[in-house]
Amino acid sequence: MAVSTLTIDGREVSAHEEQTLLDVARENGINIPTLCHLDGVGDIGACRLCLVEIEGSPKLQAACVTKPVEGMVVHTDTERLRSYRRMIIEFLFAEGNHVCAVCVANGNCELQTMAINVGMDHERFDYLYPKRTVDITHQLFGLDHNRCIMCTRCVRVCDEIEGSHTLDLAGRGNKSHVITGMNQDWGDAESCTSCGKCVLSCPTGALFKKGSTVAEMKRDRTKLEFLVTAREKKQWRL
Amino acid sequence: MDLSELQAIADKEISSRKAIRVVCCQAAGCLSGEGKDLLAALKASAAKSGISADIQICGTGCMGLCSRGPLVRIEPSGEMFERVASADADKIIGALEGKPFDEKKSDTNQPFYTKQLKVVLANSGKIDPDRIEEYIAEDGYKALYQVLRESTPQQVIETITKSGLRGRGGAGYPTGLKWATVAKSSGKKYMICNGDEGDPGAFMDRSVLESDPHRVLEGMAIGAYAVGADQGFIYVRGEYPLAIKRLQTAIKQARFNGLLGTNIFDTNFNFRVDIRIGGGAFVCGEETALIASVEGKRGVPRPRPPYPAMSGLWGCPTLINNVETYASISTIIRKGSDWYSGIGTEKSKGTKVFTLAGKCENAGLIEVPMGTTLRTIVEEMGGGVPGGKVKAVQTGGPSGGCIPASLLDTPVDYDSLAKVGSIMGSGGMIVLDETDDCVDVARFFMEFCMDESCGKCVPCRVGTVQIYRLLSRIAEGQGTKKDLAKLRELCDMVKTTSLCGLGQSAPNPVISTLRYFEHEYTSRLIDKDSSNGSVPADLRNHQSTVLVKEASHGG
Amino acid sequence: MAIAEIRADAQAGKSKPQAHPSGDNRYKLLEATMKKYQYQPDALIEVLHSAQQLFGFLEEDLLLLIAHKLQVPPSRVYGVATFYHFFSLKPQGKHTCVICLGTACYVKGGAQITKRLEDFVNVKAGETTKDGAVSVLTARCLGACGIAPAVVYDGAVAGAQTAESVIAHVKGWLDNGS
Repeated sequence: MAVSTLTIDGREVSAHEEQTLLDVARENGINIPTLCHLDGVGDIGACRLCLVEIEGSPKLQAACVTKPVEGMVVHTDTERLRSYRRMIIEFLFAEGNHVCAVCVANGNCELQTMAINVGMDHERFDYLYPKRTVDITHQLFGLDHNRCIMCTRCVRVCDEIEGSHTLDLAGRGNKSHVITGMNQDWGDAESCTSCGKCVLSCPTGALFKKGSTVAEMKRDRTKLEFLVTAREKKQWRL
Repeated sequence: MDLSELQAIADKEISSRKAIRVVCCQAAGCLSGEGKDLLAALKASAAKSGISADIQICGTGCMGLCSRGPLVRIEPSGEMFERVASADADKIIGALEGKPFDEKKSDTNQPFYTKQLKVVLANSGKIDPDRIEEYIAEDGYKALYQVLRESTPQQVIETITKSGLRGRGGAGYPTGLKWATVAKSSGKKYMICNGDEGDPGAFMDRSVLESDPHRVLEGMAIGAYAVGADQGFIYVRGEYPLAIKRLQTAIKQARFNGLLGTNIFDTNFNFRVDIRIGGGAFVCGEETALIASVEGKRGVPRPRPPYPAMSGLWGCPTLINNVETYASISTIIRKGSDWYSGIGTEKSKGTKVFTLAGKCENAGLIEVPMGTTLRTIVEEMGGGVPGGKVKAVQTGGPSGGCIPASLLDTPVDYDSLAKVGSIMGSGGMIVLDETDDCVDVARFFMEFCMDESCGKCVPCRVGTVQIYRLLSRIAEGQGTKKDLAKLRELCDMVKTTSLCGLGQSAPNPVISTLRYFEHEYTSRLIDKDSSNGSVPADLRNHQSTVLVKEASHGG
Repeated sequence: MAIAEIRADAQAGKSKPQAHPSGDNRYKLLEATMKKYQYQPDALIEVLHSAQQLFGFLEEDLLLLIAHKLQVPPSRVYGVATFYHFFSLKPQGKHTCVICLGTACYVKGGAQITKRLEDFVNVKAGETTKDGAVSVLTARCLGACGIAPAVVYDGAVAGAQTAESVIAHVKGWLDNGS
């Protein structure tokens, strides 16, 4: 496997051709923020948090979908990038109805953690207060659209790991939303196997186990990567 | 089919032509309202006058000056009539018999016509788009023959590269280079013709598809040969039903004549073309979103690299070019790359078709050499603004910018337009006058981008909404200096961090109008007279009266 | 239709387009389209276009039928149908009036025409009058910029429209009781 050497934040690191810049960075303890990335499912480069500066290129590139090239010089934590990341998180908080105080994921939420990491202490943009619904028709799980950030991790998990493709996105643009089955109540969606992988994958409190109350929704996100490694590489790494 | 057979069709067509031909525009613009019945009325009139046997009356494609349509032209004299109604049919026929019909006579010497150089539009308005014979009579499919029988794919690519042709869809990427990249890959390849002309205020592609569909098919076939593809798709907007119909007819005719399908011109070259209809999504003009759409999915873009030339439709190397790009190919092959590169400027070769519309006197379709100035186009050809003044010219649609009247001497080419903060885009050119409000124009485009955003990436999905809200607030006189600063910051962020071209260029109209018409923004600010950034007490805590579509769930 | 019936029908329909139990010929035509594309999941958008044309709008049962015939997950079919502006999941009115809001038409007064029409028929753009007579829609650009402002009345494009001419035309529909 071809190996290349590149520089990330002033450090020389090595990468092999199957890795992405994100893999290489994380391997070397450089933490590039992400939200739509989930170990075990394909990357889509949607949240734009992992954008990095590459010397010689005027465009920013998403680390999760960019392959390392020999001699690349990458900067992951400049002033500009920090400012953009903060705006992205502000956008997300303004877009939905995110109220941590009453949320099942309070304290265990990737969006919340990211807000702290990017230094968001107030919201500069207009809150949109969209009218969104909550679906608790499923026996075991609930889907609260108010907290959904359309990262599509649940959609990808349901399609790529479980295979039933019960979840998908409907609508377009700022009207996009997650649906189950033929836009049915989740409880009526025939293809759902109740496997709960979508709940495991959700970064916020949008998908949750029924019966959890504020701050009770804890997840073991490594379960999904474990499943993929078990299925594909026949290695059980608990 | 071989060359002699092709020539025989051409000869037969030409010899069957009558001495006088009356052509009547049957493109969507002229067909609306009066134009529909005009062709039939003309035929009826001719029959009544007893001269049917001596003249030929047929429908053609777009003649260009749409705002004065329906248009009729007499050949070979070239006399033209405008705003013709069905009731005028007798008078038109009368003109052939020596009774002049001056009240509707069109000035064919006006700059709108004389300053054009028709390459892509050479046959538009001349031939009947529903008859392949007429296309063949205009040297149609000769270029394809030449390429298949006399050139290697590599030679074709070299010709196109030397010609300097750049993608006419808007990005202006060197076509020869794109073809070379696809040709280098191995395995199954596809080619796509991007007819998803989503820019509001642009209809060049629609016109070419309706008026001269075979030109596009021939260009595609030549491209397929050059890169090694055997399956092509033409992706046409669903909003263009006439173009779709004309294409379907053209494909059928080409196949029937052995000009599409297997062993074309008795060579090993096979090429099949299918139509895919768009569902009404501007974002599908973006290459990867278009590919997703052809694959039957939501039209959501993918990160590039990998570029479609390496991995596109169903993971295979895919060549994607715009309708106008393909329509330029056959002429370049026939007349040579030197001829083509002799037209235009140093870095922008050839001609470009523009949609000239808005407040100008003459609205319609024109094709001019690259390097023609905006002033020539807008004031001479477009006739300026009747009873008013040109304020700005908006080029490039929602990805472009407004060029103020003071810069009308800017030549139209990729680099010059970029330098003044706009882009060539697909060719839309909207003329704005003193009554147009630039902030409102920026808001119009942002609303468009907001609605058309696919929703995948956060900066575009949310950013366009936030920018739209700010623009609305400012437009309604409810904005502050802080809002304006926020607006600039948002534009920079959305432009820099969005995943695809839609988001990356959505802030362009705002950035461009801020550059040249900043006073239209600042003069409306509530605190425009305050130097310390404070907002007047009675206006503090103001509520925005803007109603924005809420992100609610509906069916 | 019950899911079991749809499934059975899908299996049976694999060989050739069959008459629908209801006798509705439109289903046969739709099946023919699916067959033309060999029931490939890639042809989903073409099939939806055909269904939209045949039935006027895409009801959820119809989408479910398509999902089963093409063997595509229902959520994906719904996701595609709601992504594209063309597909309508609600029935249209007897008459449709589409006002173009492309740049040229906007600059020449398209927005004012829309507002005046909305006030006249008392529905917002994108909606249908309560009696189902008229749907008022807007389009982002019809490509008829040379004859701006353009309006499409039941599929026929008309140029150089004014608020008065549009209202008059729609009034004609309403008065004649469709």
